[in-house]
Amino acid sequence: MGAIIQYVQSYLSSDKTPGAAGNMFWALVYIMLVFGGLSVAVIAMNWLERKILAHMQVRLGPMRVGPHGLLQPIADAIKLLLKEDIMPAEADGFVFWMAPLIVVLAAFTVFVVVPFGTTHAITDMNIGILFMLGVSSLSVLGIVMAGWASNSHYPLMGALRSSAQMVSYEVAMGLAVVSAILMTSLNATGTGTLSMIGIVQAQQAQHEWFIFKFFPLGLIAFFIFAVAMVAETNRAPFDLAEAESELTAGFHTEYSGFRWSLFFLAEYSAMIAVSSIAVTLWLGGWLRPFPNMLNGNPWDQIFSFVPGVTFLFFAAICFYNTVRMPKHPLFRIQTIGLAGFGAVLGLIGVILFVPAVSTRIQDIFWFSAKVAGFMYLYIWYRGTFPRYRFDQLMQMGWKVLLPLGLGVLILTASVALLQQKLWHP
Amino acid sequence: MTDPHTTLSPLELESHDKTYLDANELVINMGPQHPATHGVLRVILRLDGEKVLGLECVIGYLHRGVEKIGEHRTYTMFNPYVDRMDYVAAVSNGLGYCETVEKLLNVEAPPRAQHVRVILTELNRIASHQLWLGTHALDIGAITPLFYTFRDREEILKIYEKYCGARLTTHAFRIGGLQYETYTGFEKEVKNFLTFFRPKIDEYEELLTTNRIWVERTKNVGTISAQHCIALGVTGPVLRASGVKWDLRKAQPYANYKNFDFEIPTGQNGDTYDRYLVRMAEMRQSVRIIQQAVDALPEGPIMAKVPKVMKPPAGEVYHSIEAPKGELGYFIVSDGSTQPYRVRVRPPSFVNLQALDVMCRGQLVADVIAVIGTLDIVLGEVDR
Repeated sequence: MGAIIQYVQSYLSSDKTPGAAGNMFWALVYIMLVFGGLSVAVIAMNWLERKILAHMQVRLGPMRVGPHGLLQPIADAIKLLLKEDIMPAEADGFVFWMAPLIVVLAAFTVFVVVPFGTTHAITDMNIGILFMLGVSSLSVLGIVMAGWASNSHYPLMGALRSSAQMVSYEVAMGLAVVSAILMTSLNATGTGTLSMIGIVQAQQAQHEWFIFKFFPLGLIAFFIFAVAMVAETNRAPFDLAEAESELTAGFHTEYSGFRWSLFFLAEYSAMIAVSSIAVTLWLGGWLRPFPNMLNGNPWDQIFSFVPGVTFLFFAAICFYNTVRMPKHPLFRIQTIGLAGFGAVLGLIGVILFVPAVSTRIQDIFWFSAKVAGFMYLYIWYRGTFPRYRFDQLMQMGWKVLLPLGLGVLILTASVALLQQKLWHP
Repeated sequence: MTDPHTTLSPLELESHDKTYLDANELVINMGPQHPATHGVLRVILRLDGEKVLGLECVIGYLHRGVEKIGEHRTYTMFNPYVDRMDYVAAVSNGLGYCETVEKLLNVEAPPRAQHVRVILTELNRIASHQLWLGTHALDIGAITPLFYTFRDREEILKIYEKYCGARLTTHAFRIGGLQYETYTGFEKEVKNFLTFFRPKIDEYEELLTTNRIWVERTKNVGTISAQHCIALGVTGPVLRASGVKWDLRKAQPYANYKNFDFEIPTGQNGDTYDRYLVRMAEMRQSVRIIQQAVDALPEGPIMAKVPKVMKPPAGEVYHSIEAPKGELGYFIVSDGSTQPYRVRVRPPSFVNLQALDVMCRGQLVADVIAVIGTLDIVLGEVDR
């Protein structure tokens, strides 16, 4: 027993990611944690999207399954698992079967390099960002396969739209990413890095998030990425591939049950993945806010309380709503459930105040909070914007974002070179 | 994009020498079960990639034989059936039918009834346009306006419900006047609705009118010229958006529209964006008309003297009104008995739907959806 604790402690004090340290056991533990966390995040995202969208649209959203519909995603998941698995008679069976798997694999594999903290990543590759962009663009293959294998018109059109869209937006996205990577080379040695952890560490060393770097160049690059990533994940207002009113459901029209839910899972984890890239490259990854202005000991102390306070705040919301629940026997279980949920959140909040936990967890907290901000943006877009038309989307990708990205890249490179020459001769 | 109007004849689709087996073309069946065909419209699209080469509408999935039923009902009994044609503008349908039979019987509804008729039909125009706006925006991908318009439409339906018990298929009017006397507080509630609704139009416009994506999606989409509109018999907001100032409320005043002061909003380009603006302006004009009507609501009887058993003199009559979707006409032939010999309805949706091919040719698939939405068709009325 003692040996095990010692082993765990020796790992926890190491400053390398399990993959980089070559520790397969811990890598496996991390994979499990990331996979589990991602699934929970997708479930939470599902509930939040429906709730937030509903409140934007003057309705209540799910209210029946569990308190305030909290268990609705779980009920839906069970429904999807129990549904009959339908494969169209004319479909190409093998390809039809493979497509959701490829999409889901691509969406999950990218999380291998996502840095939730200094050591909180499955591994740290020296080509991290390249790996992420490469693997996440594999999902287009699955989408095309799904559209083709369905042997039906709407899915085919959806697949073609989505492949054209993803391929063209990847170019602009890549240019924006390159301009951020250029900024990592602004140090004494003048060498940049493609490692996800290295990029955040560069921002830490420069005491500035890259979104504010060379204002407004960093901001424009971030903006290009933020637009391209919505198109890349096929979300509103760029959801042409699954445009409900035009192509019924686009490439996954013929999919149902569990296969469909794989597409759903992949879509949401892809959203989280691209948001993670944006957070890592421009918003300082796991770093707490305002490192350039509010640094020093008192601020570190204050910011270390934020995770706990946030969870306590959520718990307080739960308890407030528990009190407001109708006092009717029918609502008793729901009231108890909500109170229990609040208690769990409160407990997490209290644990987060323990310094030993807080120092290791707050990286993850800040990273997740920033990603959650992006998730909110996604929902907000969906509630606000009409859908682009295919030609307009292409026009925007090739005629607006691409030249803008090139310009920003050239300017960033020139400014970086000048700075290097002038300040580090 | 090529101009779809240059070499166009509505029958080109049939006379086209290509067959449906041509491998370069993709023939897609849109509907009858499709989320954006507003019911059970089936559109056979011939596509080259995303570009529409031509399309053909297949209708009749909602055919209930309303006109035939009319031949076996008395004039009074047929009245509720017309509500089921354009079910989002049931009051207008009722008004058209009642006025036609009144014309046949040579009676005129008393002034109070006329005023209430105007109030209810104009409320109905607002409700119909709200439903159009919500679904049209939903088709183009903006999901939120739908819920806003339905929230506000509810207030109109509440007034209907209080007045006659029904929300959708109202059967509000009778031949010769009104079904019921207005309830206590009717005027106040209508006025309250008007003050409630005026800022709501601004709210809808805030979401859409200057929205970049909305403008891009609707400008120069589904353009139709005034000549084409007139040639195809297209009426209503679609015609007015093409620049023709033709509104039956002004052109052939019925009920007592001539007593009210309002304008006919028109567009210039005849595209989807203009049709959107025209309908938004029409809602404002409707508010204006209702305000005038409710302010000057006279006292008096609500029914003219109409015989219990209606036996109009033998003859025929055509009468049309400006329904929210266009010219709604009834042609009734009487043989002197209690039942009409023939009832023929000229529904605006059915005639306007003819323009779909003209408006969509050369555009993209996404535009077909936008155009179906902007035509504001109701399949209950198309198929009858």
